[in-house]
Amino acid sequence: MADFKVVNKPIRKIDAMALVTGKPVYTDDVTPSDCLVVKVMHSPYAHAMINEIDTEIAKKVPGIEAIYTYKDVPGRRFTMAGQTYPEPSPYDRLILDQRLRFVGDGVAIVAGETEKAVDKALKLIKVKYEVLEPVLDFRTAKDNKVLVHPEESWEALCPVGADNKRNLCATDLSEHGDVDGVMAECDVIVENTYHTKANQQAMMETFRTYTTMDPYGRLHVIGSTQIVFHVRRILANALDIPKSKIRVTKPRIGGGFGAKQTCVTEIFPAFVTWKTGKAAKLIYTREESQTASTPRHEMEIKVRIGATKEGIIRVLDVYTLSNTGSYGEHGPTTVGLSGQKSISLYNNNLEAYRFGYDVVYTNVQSAGAYRGYGATQGIFAMESAVNELASKLNMDPVIIREKNMVKEGQVMPSYHDETNSSCALDRCMTRAKEMFDWDNKPLAVDLGNGKIRSVGVAMAMQSSGISGVDVGSATIKLNDEGFYALSIAAADMGTGCDTILAQMAAECLECDFDDIIVYGADSDSSPYDSGSYASSTTYVTGKAVEKACLQLKEKMCKIAGEMLSCSTEDLVFQGKKISKVDGSEEITLMDIATKSMCGNTEATQVTVSHSSKVSPPPFMVGMVEIEVDKETGATTLLDYVAVVDCGTVINTNLARVQTEGGLAQGIGMALYEDVTYNSVGRIYENSFMQYKIPTRLDVGKMRVEFESSYEHTGPFGAKSIGEIVINTPSPAIAHAIYNATGVWHRELPITPEKVMMGILKNEN
Amino acid sequence: MQIKLWLNGKMVTEDVAADMLLIDFLRAHGCFSVKRGCETANCGLCTVFVEDKPVLSCSMLVARVDGKKITTLEGLQEEAEDFGAFIADQGAEQCGFCNPGLIMNAIAMFRENPNPTDEEIIQYLAGNLCRCSGYEGQLRGIKAFLSFKKEKGGVC
Repeated sequence: MADFKVVNKPIRKIDAMALVTGKPVYTDDVTPSDCLVVKVMHSPYAHAMINEIDTEIAKKVPGIEAIYTYKDVPGRRFTMAGQTYPEPSPYDRLILDQRLRFVGDGVAIVAGETEKAVDKALKLIKVKYEVLEPVLDFRTAKDNKVLVHPEESWEALCPVGADNKRNLCATDLSEHGDVDGVMAECDVIVENTYHTKANQQAMMETFRTYTTMDPYGRLHVIGSTQIVFHVRRILANALDIPKSKIRVTKPRIGGGFGAKQTCVTEIFPAFVTWKTGKAAKLIYTREESQTASTPRHEMEIKVRIGATKEGIIRVLDVYTLSNTGSYGEHGPTTVGLSGQKSISLYNNNLEAYRFGYDVVYTNVQSAGAYRGYGATQGIFAMESAVNELASKLNMDPVIIREKNMVKEGQVMPSYHDETNSSCALDRCMTRAKEMFDWDNKPLAVDLGNGKIRSVGVAMAMQSSGISGVDVGSATIKLNDEGFYALSIAAADMGTGCDTILAQMAAECLECDFDDIIVYGADSDSSPYDSGSYASSTTYVTGKAVEKACLQLKEKMCKIAGEMLSCSTEDLVFQGKKISKVDGSEEITLMDIATKSMCGNTEATQVTVSHSSKVSPPPFMVGMVEIEVDKETGATTLLDYVAVVDCGTVINTNLARVQTEGGLAQGIGMALYEDVTYNSVGRIYENSFMQYKIPTRLDVGKMRVEFESSYEHTGPFGAKSIGEIVINTPSPAIAHAIYNATGVWHRELPITPEKVMMGILKNEN
Repeated sequence: MQIKLWLNGKMVTEDVAADMLLIDFLRAHGCFSVKRGCETANCGLCTVFVEDKPVLSCSMLVARVDGKKITTLEGLQEEAEDFGAFIADQGAEQCGFCNPGLIMNAIAMFRENPNPTDEEIIQYLAGNLCRCSGYEGQLRGIKAFLSFKKEKGGVC
């Protein structure tokens, strides 16, 4: 690896001390408390029409400013998904609709001076509902007689196979090679169906937005969002107003994980402010965040593996049924990753593959983006199936992976024919084996005290941004005294992208990290960036930063050349100074900065946009050791070893914490986190009482290392890390539980009850 | 109803509604470090001290702290900086939203038990949820802080 000075170091986050001392930096801290309080009245029914809605009495509550119903909103449909235009997600929403499609859907918007007034008004709105039959089981949704979106104004902008008259949000089938032919020749076929549930992103700060009118008569939206530019477009669509009338900025964000890649709360206070001209704020409660947002897509994934008796995987056949819920946010795009990322992992001997999917509408909470974005679901299925294959062949599950894993330099037909340009997956496996002492640990050992200790393994890949789509931009500016200002629109949601991008700038400009100030995510002033999602910030925006810095160096050399009366070719940039190559003369950065402000015609500011035609995958191996209690079915995490290839690690601390955080979320997904519904479609897990995320008692010991490859298309050789780290715990833990109990659990989460029932069933 | 209390060392006398929660009172008085994460006493983000004992301010009426001494992170800035720097040096603060609650409880722990074992740390802070860090970095930060304090020979 190259000798870096600022990159690849454990630099403290720029905003760290403000965060640890509890400074007021989040939306609800930095916006005034005397604005209108906005709340949404939520549907009590999974599927209903509003026959009558009477707000007259509610409007009489003192302090109530306005109450809006479906009669008051624009009739133009839109999607809340934060994606590049034209969004693949269908335009299937109105701000408020006469048809209610899930328990939690918006019935009315109430704005008032105090929370108490608003709460009182909410109770006084009289609604007559016509309760309709809902579609609650996603397996029966396609071509169901009950339609979730029968309306004619429903629209799909992209050809994703959507058909609202069939409850289809998307459908596709792709095939490479002779799948059935190769399958027929295989010695062994493993075929199973896996079921992953909706999971809540459960970031600690719930959804929240503040809106006000600025002095220019424009709507200013300040909120906790990962996607300032997409919010601007979505609001313009929803409110049916010009984009030029909207400005979106974000303060610190209390976690996102993809949840804030969707416009969950922005629309409601924005509508209130646009209508009343008054400032407004909407803060979703935890209950609303759990019942009226966009969690992970529930998926059912059928995997067929065809292999030789030596464990060579020759053919893969994957079909995914994805539940997008009542609206199509991210429905057509998450599903693709369930096949692409899982199939491509086993590229080495693959002769043929097939990948088909249906994404269906149902009358449950709409799904959306969540870290891993479909890959997580697909990798649980594929990795479990490969572990089942290893078990069937009585082979070491590590060896079967070593035989079949994708290698550096290979072309991956199942991954847009991209070449696997940087891949240390093999080294990740070797290192994980060493750290874990895999070869010397039995798959399971009965400890004789009612507990069984066992191990499991899985690997994963993700991507680095959306190839050919994502745009990252950076503006770098030289200021007086020679410090630099880096302007970005990627949103730091706690991951540390402000810091990481500043590290790259400092590396490039050969200056101290402290010489870079970062500001951003303002749709008025920041250069365009698709936003912080799809594991794109380090890879895509990072490259933009690198390129911008290189161009700024050229500009500074030009000024120095004029000052020293020589050509730029005779100059060498050395961070704090620019010198003549022969060393005879030099000029300091401060002099150049000073010159730039007096009689200068050379701009000392550069903006560069970057987009990548490829999306090089990061890779990872996870190995887990657990203890299963035979009496209670409880699974205890003992040790988790994770080795990650994210190319060059830009910030060693932040990458490690990202990995540990992702593992913890994956552990939650594997063991506890669940969204279940009663018979009429109401969510049981509507609080942290019922929806249990892991505590520090639950995660065991996590050991993280990196096996870096060098990705030549990435900044300083970097790939992404944000999403991949959530993918291995579910299959690895399911594998370990099988090794302990002899039962394959193909549905998540694998709760103690399920483990216990499995043990009992096996015994009988 | 009128109440009187000491907020970060300053006396506050005020008329409050009988159903006002302590968290809302504190935020209304500019203590923005106090965060609401769950409303159900599950996440620990709203932890403050009442008479130097950590409590969940989302689950306590302000009327109940009449006449008492309330401390938020705003009143413990020096300790927050000292200890917080060790969390920051692990990159474990991440989004930062859960940090004030965690740091309040960690300070309470250091006062109660200046030399906790790993197990005791994990147990004491079990009620403080974090969705970003995976907890390991926080543990590393706490241990690094404790070692630093030990080397200096002082008690936290």
